[in-house]
Amino acid sequence: MFIIGERINGMFKDVARAIKEKDKSVIHDLALKQVSCGANALDVNVGPASASPKEAMEWLVKTIEDVTDISLAIDTTKQDVMELGLSLCKSKPIINSVNANEEKMKALFGLAKKYKASIIGLTMDKSGIPKDSEGRMELAMKIVASCVEYGIDIAGLYLDAVILPVNVAQPHAKEVLKTIRDSKLLAEPSPKTVLGLSNISQGSPAEYKSLINRTFLTMAIANGLDAAILDVTDKELMDSLITAELLMEKQLYCNSYLEAYRKK
Amino acid sequence: MERLIEKWQDKIGEVTLGSKKTIKIGGETGIYFIDGEDRCPNPPCVAMEVWDMEPEAWPEALKSNFGKALKTPGDWVKMCVDKFSADLICLRLASTHPDTKNASCEEAGKTLEKVMKSVSVPLIVIGSSAIEKDNEVLAHCANVAKGENCLFGIATQANYKTLTAACLSAGHAIISEAPIDINIAKQLNILICDMQFPADKIVIHHATGALGYGLEYTYSIMERTRLAGLSGDRMLSMPMMSFVGQEAWRTKEAKTGLLDTGILWEIATATACLNSGADILVMNHPKAVEETKKAINKLTL
Repeated sequence: MFIIGERINGMFKDVARAIKEKDKSVIHDLALKQVSCGANALDVNVGPASASPKEAMEWLVKTIEDVTDISLAIDTTKQDVMELGLSLCKSKPIINSVNANEEKMKALFGLAKKYKASIIGLTMDKSGIPKDSEGRMELAMKIVASCVEYGIDIAGLYLDAVILPVNVAQPHAKEVLKTIRDSKLLAEPSPKTVLGLSNISQGSPAEYKSLINRTFLTMAIANGLDAAILDVTDKELMDSLITAELLMEKQLYCNSYLEAYRKK
Repeated sequence: MERLIEKWQDKIGEVTLGSKKTIKIGGETGIYFIDGEDRCPNPPCVAMEVWDMEPEAWPEALKSNFGKALKTPGDWVKMCVDKFSADLICLRLASTHPDTKNASCEEAGKTLEKVMKSVSVPLIVIGSSAIEKDNEVLAHCANVAKGENCLFGIATQANYKTLTAACLSAGHAIISEAPIDINIAKQLNILICDMQFPADKIVIHHATGALGYGLEYTYSIMERTRLAGLSGDRMLSMPMMSFVGQEAWRTKEAKTGLLDTGILWEIATATACLNSGADILVMNHPKAVEETKKAINKLTL
């Protein structure tokens, strides 16, 4: 499982405050903690409230790279902020994200080629997120076809079937699982799949968030999920992830399998 | 037609053995001997087994190659290296077993010192398979050979702590053995590493079965281990070794067959182990050693 740590996001109060006050130690700690908990990449999002997103992105990327050279997933909807973030990355970056809008794909696939970046492709477009798996697959197909057209390597594409909060959009969970399963049939080699996991428990009571997250993650792994943006510091979530991967035969069993995975 | 070459995610760790003369094993980036997949950075090597007492139970076909040297480990190892081109020596401290001579730790240490003086190739040092005695003997010998960077064995899941601690403090590598069980092999490597032992000083041994005596199980476990290691399982990405000679010459065919049967049995077992990924083959008969080394040279060209 390719794990992208979600914590460096301006939506979190500590990160928003750190950006505002240029407090590097908060970002350094969050970056190192996520890496030590098993993140393979770190999401970087300046948050919606940032007054000058370009400046904030530059500061965040540089601050993270003071302490680690791990891959970064530049998480923004603004193209100029995206390009700036990508241009600063020392390791292979990830574009988070592109959707199935024609002009969006054209612009971001260009950046993907220029900066040799992987891409997270959301199965949504101008009219929003489809209700069912069929609608999501249609958009997934559009993204895959565009990748081929622009000469983007499908192995570097992560399709995100966009999970919605279970408290307001309960029927979506099983549609997302079906999309993860079916995405594998879109191309050979198949595109990878990713989820922005925590979205499923948005708005649910705090004491159930972790349980909802890890239950859904386990189900998604059973359906072939390749990557996830999640709270890598949630130990129970990570234990479930490792165990689900073990049961899917992604690693060899031994009594200390949790420890073995973390040593990798 | 397009040739599909597998690209592996990871590579096998490298272990360096010896001090005066060193040998590197492991480092594979693919499956052995597949043209184009693996360049065999460190070709497999052959260790010859030497005992610290005359191995009375060995068949004549084996003993006759070494003559009087069988009585003097210092001469025996010299013969193996100078005459039979052994890459390493595997010293078996058989005399320390309570049921044989019950030799003391100090006696074993002295034999080891003599062997170290006689040859400069890297040494593998193993006990007599008497668990409690081995713990004492090997801890003492590890100290005697401090800094020589030998390969000591054999650690098992039931008995690894004393040997691991001894190897750690004296700077030796360790043999980690599981009874043809890949899950236990992985677990044992984790347990050894938990004692702060470096993973790049571990060599895996899947208890060897000779041709006709479970070799196919050993082969398949070794192959699975190598594939897991190449696929990124760090607790299985160590080099592997096989005690080929002891198993081949234990078979009734080798003991009672025609003159060449044992040699052929040993070569066949060694070749299978080579192909399943063994980095060190511990062997007995000089002719089998010669033929196996020829095979290695041909395969790694």
